[in-house]
Amino acid sequence: MPTADEVKARIESGIPGAEAEVTSDDNVHFSARVVAAEFAGLNLVEQHRLVYAIFEDGELGGSIHALALTTETQ
Amino acid sequence: MTDQPENPLREALADAIASNEVILFMKGSPEQPMCGFSARTCAALTATETEFAAVDVLADPRIRQELSSISNWPTIPQLFVRGELVGGADIVGQMYESGELAAVLGAPATAGSEPLPEMTEPGSAPPLQIENRLG
Repeated sequence: MPTADEVKARIESGIPGAEAEVTSDDNVHFSARVVAAEFAGLNLVEQHRLVYAIFEDGELGGSIHALALTTETQ
Repeated sequence: MTDQPENPLREALADAIASNEVILFMKGSPEQPMCGFSARTCAALTATETEFAAVDVLADPRIRQELSSISNWPTIPQLFVRGELVGGADIVGQMYESGELAAVLGAPATAGSEPLPEMTEPGSAPPLQIENRLG
């Protein structure tokens, strides 16, 4: 099981320049707020797709549903 | 062979998305949502006084697979308005709170001022546990 810090590191390495705040009470369900300049000009669907793509290989127990996500450009 | 689609389910889903102005793919029904994320998304639509079509993806596992292929979106629920993916539960919730959802739906500006019910804390919600087992 990943920790919140590991999920944060994954997001920040997957999206260069991104800053992520990740919390989890149980290391199963995560809540992330991701701020990245790369999101500029993208709608929310496109922003979330960028983050989901990082976890496509089945981390987070194989279910990205376990990640509650908020994305912002600044 | 235009009358013999290669993938009838995918075509039926694409047709449903195209022919319903507002359509929500969810787990369970609006009356009986089977997942906290679907329930919250329904609550946002109901609070904006929007009529919407709803499809229960649990009816057949292939629905979810084909839908995600069409939408390039991994999770359920998925809300489409006028043929476009608006988002999943996080985005719909965020747009509801900002008033953007009412604007996209063409709902009265006063709609959407009621706070949505809080999601149960992660880890303590039985529907989420079931969700994760189903993958």
